[in-house]
Amino acid sequence: MKKKDFILIGAIVAVIAIAILVLTLTKKDGDYVIVRVDGNEVAKYSLSQDGEYSLNGGTNILRIENGKAYLVSANCPDHLCVKQGKIDQKGETITCLPNRLTVTVYSTQEGEVELVS
Amino acid sequence: MKAKKIAFLGLAIALAMILSFVESQIPPLAAMPGVKVGLPNLVMVFLLYRIGWKETVTVSIIRIFLTSLLFGNMQTLTFSIAGAVLSLAGMILLKRWFSCITVSIVGGLLHNIGQIVAACLWTQTAQVAFYLPVLLVSGTVAGTVIGLASGIIVKRSEKWRLSY
Repeated sequence: MKKKDFILIGAIVAVIAIAILVLTLTKKDGDYVIVRVDGNEVAKYSLSQDGEYSLNGGTNILRIENGKAYLVSANCPDHLCVKQGKIDQKGETITCLPNRLTVTVYSTQEGEVELVS
Repeated sequence: MKAKKIAFLGLAIALAMILSFVESQIPPLAAMPGVKVGLPNLVMVFLLYRIGWKETVTVSIIRIFLTSLLFGNMQTLTFSIAGAVLSLAGMILLKRWFSCITVSIVGGLLHNIGQIVAACLWTQTAQVAFYLPVLLVSGTVAGTVIGLASGIIVKRSEKWRLSY
């Protein structure tokens, strides 16, 4: 370990720490989710309305409860998307890689620039 | 001499495959693919410092194909290749100036960045990049662990006659 090693590692850690700090400070409650399969928007659900929805022809089941969205079941072998838990912050995303499916939280609050995918 | 080298690299591939299998038996540390220590990278860092970059790339690619064939599928193959290519390129570049730990950390980070890019392309959805911060932290931690361990191995193996 030389001096330049510490400089590079320090710089890397600093950049990651700043990025996480910025993301934490800009956290914001979302109010609807968009479901995408293969990058195509297939459904849009409000977080303020409880419900259970079958996605992508039944491969994943999405439940919205108390303003949070989560997947309750999936037909993929690893079930990582179910374990990813509940999301309600703007930008938070649940990803099911085997089914190429994502659920992302969005916010309609004023002054927001909509993310375009 | 050449046969000796082939035998040695074969041994390295076998070792990397075993480490990859051992790692696959550890339950997922987080609810997303990619958060792992990267045990096979121990072999890659060792080869990079003691043998050479061409051999390292060869061993790494063969290891990925064989483990994906045995335990994985197209998805694991795509993600492993994406991570490995970026990670190896970064490590080979930095090896000239930096120590084992730094090289290994950058390798871990680039591996996870490569996987996120692959995941975005795989799902055709940019929002998957939401996982990047978590994966960057995990990549740094994993890189430090592997860097420390392989640093010891590289140092202890200096007495070995690896004059291939």
